[in-house]
Amino acid sequence: MAESIRITTPFTEEMSRKLKAGDSVLITGTIISARDAAHKVMTEALARGEKLPVDWTNQIVYYLGPTPAKPGDPIGSCGPTTSGRMDAYTPTMLEQGIKGMVGKGSRTKEVVESMKKNGATYFAAVGGAAALIAKSVKSYTVLAYPELGPEAVAALEVVDFPAIVVIDCEGNNFYEIGQKDYRHFDIDKI
Amino acid sequence: MRELDVKLITENVAEMCKEAAYYLPDDVYRGLKRGRETEQSPVGRIVLDQIIKNAEIARAEDRPYCQDTGMTIVFLEVGQDLHIVGGNLEDAINAGIAKGYTEGYLRKSVVGEPLFNRVNTKNNTPGVIYTQIVPGDKLSITVAPKGFGSENKSGIKMLVPADGVRGVKKAVMEIILHASMNPCPPMVVGIGIGGTMDRAALLSKKALTRSIDERNPMPEYAKLEQELLDMINSTGIGPQLGGTTSALAVNIEWAPTHIAGLPVAVTICCHAMRHAHRVL
Repeated sequence: MAESIRITTPFTEEMSRKLKAGDSVLITGTIISARDAAHKVMTEALARGEKLPVDWTNQIVYYLGPTPAKPGDPIGSCGPTTSGRMDAYTPTMLEQGIKGMVGKGSRTKEVVESMKKNGATYFAAVGGAAALIAKSVKSYTVLAYPELGPEAVAALEVVDFPAIVVIDCEGNNFYEIGQKDYRHFDIDKI
Repeated sequence: MRELDVKLITENVAEMCKEAAYYLPDDVYRGLKRGRETEQSPVGRIVLDQIIKNAEIARAEDRPYCQDTGMTIVFLEVGQDLHIVGGNLEDAINAGIAKGYTEGYLRKSVVGEPLFNRVNTKNNTPGVIYTQIVPGDKLSITVAPKGFGSENKSGIKMLVPADGVRGVKKAVMEIILHASMNPCPPMVVGIGIGGTMDRAALLSKKALTRSIDERNPMPEYAKLEQELLDMINSTGIGPQLGGTTSALAVNIEWAPTHIAGLPVAVTICCHAMRHAHRVL
């Protein structure tokens, strides 16, 4: 894998369109956490015609529910959660201006189509590497829905947050590319 | 009759919850290191390096290895000659879970009702508690917190006797291929074969409390464990972004079953195969 590409937020469509599936990146700046409960609340608010408490234009969303911070720490352990659970809400959220998503695991066709249309990139962080990822987070500030606890929408200041481009704006999928060379298994031959 | 105060049970469960969340068991750590040595994908090696470093940071700094500190599964073996005093056993276990998850800065991930009103109970209770009565006067406690990224990819198949070994392999591999990179591989795969639907599921959970270095004592099952492991490692799933280290081990447990049945349950565990064990 080539040297990591450094990305500084805000993350524009122009920046997003330059990235290719398989690129290794280090993100510095502000990313915003939201997971199941927050996505549900936000898309319901949009359906009622309400304005969201956070401006998502050119933002990177991180699918995250951290552990509580120990005294003196900015955040607890904070690895990615499974992105697929956000798929039902994602096209609506991408229309709000999100250009980057960080999570883990596969996405639906609908999400990939919406990514192509909106010029958004899907990054994976290493699932489970939560204590290691915490080292790149400098602050954690709740922006909205504090009642959701670890599922609240929060701003994370990050320095060199490690991630990999899994699905790029053209729909190329590194999960498929990365598995291909090592797949020697055919279930029909059992 | 030997007496055991529930206060002691609560204290121990609280400590075990923290221990399980912070310290990846040595056998799993060594398994990851072995995987790193043999992994063929360069990206896979980068992922394994991060996972290994993560385990080292978590252990050195008493931090949760993964932010999903799980739903707390507790396996109890209660000696029939032991008298538990001072309160209710399940209350004592749940008090220990609440204490451990609060004091240990672990994430509270349990909602009180699953469908209509998903409100967080705010202390990770109730745990999922399985109690078995055994000979003796001791209390054996295994705390095995289970993350749901991998739990959501687990499955069960009610096969019939004619499906045989081939059917079992197919059923397991269908579940693994469906799970793919989603359950945070390298996985550890727990399999329960036989019993009833519920018993097979429970055995697949119990299988995950066995060391990944220990094979089933019956040679036929030990061989099946190895064959399934080789198949899983040839799927290309690898450590999340493709490669050859898709699973660290396959642990099978079995039980007698009905003449008409062959239940097969698969619990997929991520690389955070956490558990703590104590005997009081």
